[in-house]
Amino acid sequence: MLSIGLGHYLTLAAIIFTIGVVGIFLNRKNVIVILMSIELILLAVNINLVAFSIFINDLSGQIFTLFILTVAAAEAAIGLAIIVVYFRNSDTIRVEEIKNLKG
Amino acid sequence: MVAHSVFFYIFSLIAIVSAVMVTVSKNTVHSVFFLILDFISISCLFIMIGAEFLGMIMLIVYVGAVAVLFLFVVMMLNVAEQKGQWFSSRWDGGTHIPVGLLVSLIIFFELIVVIGGWKYKPDLLNSLSINISTEVTNTRTIGNVLYTDYILIFQISGMILLVAMIGAIVLTYRERAGVKRQSYVKQISRERDEGVDLVEAERNKGVKIDA
Repeated sequence: MLSIGLGHYLTLAAIIFTIGVVGIFLNRKNVIVILMSIELILLAVNINLVAFSIFINDLSGQIFTLFILTVAAAEAAIGLAIIVVYFRNSDTIRVEEIKNLKG
Repeated sequence: MVAHSVFFYIFSLIAIVSAVMVTVSKNTVHSVFFLILDFISISCLFIMIGAEFLGMIMLIVYVGAVAVLFLFVVMMLNVAEQKGQWFSSRWDGGTHIPVGLLVSLIIFFELIVVIGGWKYKPDLLNSLSINISTEVTNTRTIGNVLYTDYILIFQISGMILLVAMIGAIVLTYRERAGVKRQSYVKQISRERDEGVDLVEAERNKGVKIDA
């Protein structure tokens, strides 16, 4: 309990990942919160990579985390741009009122 | 060691609570603030575990850029009317809540099972490529590797950022009617003949300018 090992970090990442998934499933409010939940999921992945990188003493995990951070930033920018355009066109970003995309 | 574990529990508790608050917060602006708190506590964990470069980068990129971008968009869009609404749907009365909770619980259970039962491949520790040395700092180690072995991936990530920037600008750009703006072609291709008009002014009558 007192010595923090790899399992502690993996459990923390699992909890945050699950909270992000719950946020995507349960949200009926607006799309921005869904984007934030995706950020939480990526954060959990980063925790996993960094924890493994430190505990098996290999730097590759941290490099990967750096690139995941880059991609997450790009994804947030594009996603928010899409949300802004959608709001401009249809005056709402409520999840349950976005029904034009029926795939 | 005791201090390390105490701080680990404090920071992870803050991280988990703020992650919950991101999803259940009724006000979207509060969600963004809790997201910032989450990022800060996770970056504290990174710094504690020994990946201080990533912790700092996380503060700069996530808290300084991404979260502020979220805040801008939340305040720009009109989400004030949905401030009081929670998960409940307007039409189906919230039947998605138990289903979503069940599926997420299954996902969490699977993750915990995997965490409890995995082990390293026997030859993993021999096959590791880049060892973390204890003599130089974390930042220096990452820099040594990032600009030599991973230079192509590094440049590709720069291209990804460029494409994202161009994409965001193209998506949100709109042509508005009635906006006066500079026309470089018109300015440059202007000749003396159309710019200057010589008029013979008569005495005591002046010149009448028809604009």
